[in-house]
Amino acid sequence: MNNPHEMKLIANIGTDDVKQEPIRAGFGRGLLEAGKKDTRVVALCADLTQSTQISKFAEAFPERFVEIGVAEQNLVTVASGMAAMGKIPFTSSYAAFSPGRNWEQIRTTIALNDRPVKIIGSHAGISVGPDGATHQMLEDIALMRALPNMIVLAPGDSTEAAKATLAIAQIDKPVYMRLAREKTPIFTTNDTPFEVGKAYTMWGGNDITLIGTGTMTYQCLLAAKQLQGQGISAEVVHVPTIKPLDVQTILASVQKTRNVVTAEEAQINGGLGGAIAELLSEQLPSKMKRIGMRDQFGESGTPNELLEAFGLTGRHISEAARQLVQ
Amino acid sequence: MMQLTPSQLALKANEIRQDLIKMLEQAGSGHSAGPLGLADIFTALYFNILKHDPKNPDWDERDILILSNGHCTPIRYVTMAHAGYLPKEELSTLRQYGSRLQGHPERTRLSGLETTSGPLGSGLSQAAGMTYALTMDQQRHRWVYCIVSDGEHDEGNFWEGVMFAAKYNLSNLIVIVDRNNIQIDGPTEEIMPLEDLHAKWEAFGWHVQEIDGHNIDSIIDACSMARAIENRPSVIIAHTIPGKGVNFMEYNYLWHGTPPGKQDIPGAPPKSIQAKEALNALRTLGGKIRSEHE
Repeated sequence: MNNPHEMKLIANIGTDDVKQEPIRAGFGRGLLEAGKKDTRVVALCADLTQSTQISKFAEAFPERFVEIGVAEQNLVTVASGMAAMGKIPFTSSYAAFSPGRNWEQIRTTIALNDRPVKIIGSHAGISVGPDGATHQMLEDIALMRALPNMIVLAPGDSTEAAKATLAIAQIDKPVYMRLAREKTPIFTTNDTPFEVGKAYTMWGGNDITLIGTGTMTYQCLLAAKQLQGQGISAEVVHVPTIKPLDVQTILASVQKTRNVVTAEEAQINGGLGGAIAELLSEQLPSKMKRIGMRDQFGESGTPNELLEAFGLTGRHISEAARQLVQ
Repeated sequence: MMQLTPSQLALKANEIRQDLIKMLEQAGSGHSAGPLGLADIFTALYFNILKHDPKNPDWDERDILILSNGHCTPIRYVTMAHAGYLPKEELSTLRQYGSRLQGHPERTRLSGLETTSGPLGSGLSQAAGMTYALTMDQQRHRWVYCIVSDGEHDEGNFWEGVMFAAKYNLSNLIVIVDRNNIQIDGPTEEIMPLEDLHAKWEAFGWHVQEIDGHNIDSIIDACSMARAIENRPSVIIAHTIPGKGVNFMEYNYLWHGTPPGKQDIPGAPPKSIQAKEALNALRTLGGKIRSEHE
């Protein structure tokens, strides 16, 4: 059973007709829904209302939307103040600026202060494309994962992002959620399970565990299909919650395979790769390769050019897996 | 809450200063100049101006007090102890392991602090966010007071908050600037000039008052005036003397009453050395406690 039934994924993974949508669009829908369900939900944006998709909420609930201007430090500190008065604030900007520019404010006034602000970093990863290295946030996972009290999410597609947005609105803790700009395949469905703090085995196998987060989980699924043709049985574990890690699910898979490839559109230092390496080196040392940015910045190009150039495709994952297993 | 008269308040401020010095000496480290300079303002706030209940720090009708310059938290701890938020005996635990009285204030450790601060420039934005939320909820009878230092005007985040509060006409927000003219490396006008501070605030759309930050009547009156202002936030620039109330400290501060950078004191050592020595004396209670930033 390669595509576990209970995951309710789409049936046509890897075909050309898989529907695509930017992950950020799911956030926009989810926030609108969260706003309908709970009047305490408010949204704050730093002059990027359309592109971060917070605009849907802003149009529906103008009295609960706060335009901050190009001021990311103010964005999160005003949000901290609103949370103190019982609001559930969602802030949105590009990940390069929030948490890129305002990390100390997040640390002091949200994480240490333990205020349930939801920090949404859109346009994360190399697939931002032509904007180039300044706007391709690659260090956000490392930055936010290091903060006590902070929950860190990277949903795999827009459908999951909508569920994640609804879920975090009801969690009384600080949360960082990373989103991507480009259209990517929607491989989960409305029936696919999602819970903050859970990892999901989305493809069953015995020889190697492919662990993906965000946009790279779909690439892991493609790699698993490729490996199948080469006689290698890969298991895919999707990690939409990078912190806290679902240790149980990850260890259960690696116990079986003892070979691991991680995949993310972020720096592997401190990123998902770092997190999994930390876990396994303490609890279950295994053979491992990490796919992601290797202590380097991106550059301008089309998303596909860049993903190819920096080795962030299903083919690169399956190649790494083959090297490990053989 | 007990509300004291101005003459009672002046006596209370002196008691608070004495306990502050005892506390700092026991702790052996911490800031002294700024907290002493804020004693009158904190006394007036907790014993006259603020609507609050020490027995119910989370009372949902309370006024909010944010201390943005968190390093001045010793004066808040002592004033809160006098107001009944914590036992006075606990003051001796300042900065000790396990204490609720952290070196810089942490909301999650001690009820009534409202936020966690220390890193400068972020308190005003939080206070503005709180005021925004209260305004959304039609809680116009509640006030948010935010004490800021002059040195933290150097921060970009600070002015982001100033613009935000003005844009949204947050008239329930009252900022009190502790204008004591010093920051860690020297006089504010040498390190990063702030003047004309009054004109700057006004240009940003705020209602501005300037007062003697040691005159209890002025503090109370200025806050009344600020509450009466509609459609824009208010700032009270309170001129204070760092180390106020400890005569050797006040008089050691060579720049008291002398606009820094304008003239040299005849026969005195070069300006920068003079200023540094004076600052160090202020911060260390004349050498009795370890300087915070040595």
